[in-house]
Amino acid sequence: MISSDFSLGKSNKSYKRSKMIGTVFAYIILILLSIIWLIPILWVILTSFRAEQGSFTPYFWPKGFTLQNYEKLFTETKQFYFLRWFGNTFFVAVCSCVLSTFFVLCVSYAMSRLRFKMRKPLMNIALILGMFPGFMSMIAVYYILKGFGITQSLAALILVYSGGAGLGFYIAKGFFDTIPKTLDEAAYLDGATKAMVFWKITIPLSKPIIVYTILTSFLAPWADYIFASVIMGDNYANYTVALGLFKMLEREFIHTYYTRFAAGAVLVSIPIAALFIATQKFYVSGITGGSDK
Amino acid sequence: MSDSGRYMMMSWYEKIYYTLKRFFKGLFCGIADFFKGIPNAVVSFFKAVGRGLLFLVKSFTNGDVLTKLSFVLMGSSNLFRGQIVKGFLYLIFEIAYVIYMVLTGASAIAGLKTLGTKKQGWVFDEKQGIDIMQQGDNSMLMLLFGVFAVFVTAAFVIVYISNIKSAVKAEEIKKSGKKLPGFVEDVKNYFDGNFHKTILSLPILGVLTFTVLPLVFMILIAFTNYDSKHQPPGNLFTWIGLDNFKVMLSSGGALSRTFWPVLGWTLIWAVFATFLNYIFGMLLAMLINKKEIKFKGLFRTIFVLSIAIPQFVSLLIMRNMLNDQGAVNVLLKNLGLIDSYIPFLSDANTARITIIIINLWIGIPYSMLITTGILQNIPGYLYESATIDGASSFTMFFKITLPYVIFVTTPYLITQFIGNLNNFNVIYLLSGGGPSSLDYYQAGKTDLLVTWLYKLTVNSKDYSYASTIGILVFVISAVLSLLTYRNTGSYKNEEDFQ
Repeated sequence: MISSDFSLGKSNKSYKRSKMIGTVFAYIILILLSIIWLIPILWVILTSFRAEQGSFTPYFWPKGFTLQNYEKLFTETKQFYFLRWFGNTFFVAVCSCVLSTFFVLCVSYAMSRLRFKMRKPLMNIALILGMFPGFMSMIAVYYILKGFGITQSLAALILVYSGGAGLGFYIAKGFFDTIPKTLDEAAYLDGATKAMVFWKITIPLSKPIIVYTILTSFLAPWADYIFASVIMGDNYANYTVALGLFKMLEREFIHTYYTRFAAGAVLVSIPIAALFIATQKFYVSGITGGSDK
Repeated sequence: MSDSGRYMMMSWYEKIYYTLKRFFKGLFCGIADFFKGIPNAVVSFFKAVGRGLLFLVKSFTNGDVLTKLSFVLMGSSNLFRGQIVKGFLYLIFEIAYVIYMVLTGASAIAGLKTLGTKKQGWVFDEKQGIDIMQQGDNSMLMLLFGVFAVFVTAAFVIVYISNIKSAVKAEEIKKSGKKLPGFVEDVKNYFDGNFHKTILSLPILGVLTFTVLPLVFMILIAFTNYDSKHQPPGNLFTWIGLDNFKVMLSSGGALSRTFWPVLGWTLIWAVFATFLNYIFGMLLAMLINKKEIKFKGLFRTIFVLSIAIPQFVSLLIMRNMLNDQGAVNVLLKNLGLIDSYIPFLSDANTARITIIIINLWIGIPYSMLITTGILQNIPGYLYESATIDGASSFTMFFKITLPYVIFVTTPYLITQFIGNLNNFNVIYLLSGGGPSSLDYYQAGKTDLLVTWLYKLTVNSKDYSYASTIGILVFVISAVLSLLTYRNTGSYKNEEDFQ
């Protein structure tokens, strides 16, 4: 625990007062910063309830409030089919998170618990592959999907989001490393096979990391714009939320749709933010990889 | 005493010396390891190939008729010795491969050499006596199918060797008079001794198709002239060796005049984005950690909100607010603080500063989250003895807190630095790389190498240049990673830990 001062024998009044001032000062800074941090968020929310259309308003507080922006998002489906996009994204997110979680758990278990000749080389290859910028292979992925005949489809998106997921095994591997190996050995003595140890011992003990993996892969499709736009092209029916909302900000739509964009953004952000905040604990231990021990 | 404890006891010049030593040792040992690693890897590769060939020759000369037959008809040793399913699987695989090679594979591999010779266009047909439209070769597809055929062949070689191994083993077991494992037993073994093969097969297949195959394809593209002027199917492209790298790095053409400034800005951006976020994030974490502050959880959640909200929402909103006629400018003008609009995102230098500042909004909470835990673990005795010596809290921050946290999080800092080199979202969503510039080829003043790569791919279809940049970014990240990789505990003592 950090605190700027340890009261070792100093307890006179001036000391107490300077401490008070310090605390008040700290509160003021924190509250100011909180306001700065919340302004953009508040701005989105206010815009989503704003009655006046248009993207630029020369004032912060809207002149009139309305629920129409939300309503129209669901009812006016000629140009922008928000509900469908929401459904698409949800579907893609669920499928790709099931596949990715499966891939990640398999690879990280193998790298952490099993010993075989190609283990180290495979880990090094994964490390090297991760150093290439992801967008580099974007166009090749597109042509491969075209080869399968599934461009502009949701299946393509699912495959793109989960296909390479096996490479992201580091965090889960780190977790598996912390489960005592003696448990496995005891099970082997009782005649268990490796598959049984995986299903009956490691997986039940790994709930936190499974939750973390599921959530991170569930969240990815909601935020991705780039791969989705390359794959979907102009197939509006299969757009994801991010893609659709981005479309609303194009020059010909922005004036009419800006407030509706804000409404859509709020609807998407609420569940995502809630999920993220609920899991930030795992997130931190994932990144620092126990380096703070 | 732990590393960090020993470090904390040093005087400031020892600390500088120690840090520099650690940095350069890490860098040079990393690079040395890397170059030592290459010949080692090459040697062990050829050794493995040699062993493999020796094994094949030995198995062929020592094996009986059935084993010898397995060299031609895969699986025959297993098939005729009773392992029917296994034998058939090998045989079917061989037949499938042969059919594939005869139909398309062989010509696909042959096509890799030229990447097409027939250009699409009108040619004179002697028989009909008129000009007809010639289909022409599609270099892009030829390259893709060629690479695919090479992958399939590699898979075939692996299965072929496993077939020989299995043939020899079947012969040995038969000779020793034991019973051969049936198909059911083989399958069972894939859930025990060979479990790694079972659980790795699908993930590796996924990585091969969606990461390795596209990556190999794009790396090869960097050695061709597949730019906007050579677009199949109308045009052919072909191998040009290292010319793209030469154009990008040395000559005074438009590309190199873009590459170096963009690289410079990428590095400046990464330095500022990493260190400012880091220091401010740490200060924020310390502020919230103060004993007297209540509602710690609430404050943390407020700041974390900026990570939790999808970036395309928050950054697009900011972009809108910071527009020349956007909310911020209007507000400042109404308050009388400015006379003319501030070109937040439309002037090169202002845009760069704006981006770095806006990035604080996203980045500070990250480092706050990460440093919070570390701060709580700083040994208390360090502060106690400092207080007795009469150190001010200012001194304690620079003498104790900062060095300690930096010491613990160096690997994280470097990963973060690499992440910022490739920070696509912030630039793309906030400024789109703009303001655009006539001095640059297809790039704007705030473009990073990755966003330039993206623009070259999507806007101008200069795939060969995009791939070249991708490889250069890889080289930069790889050198930086060598620094961290050696120093991380997970790499050094992976085995001691368990």
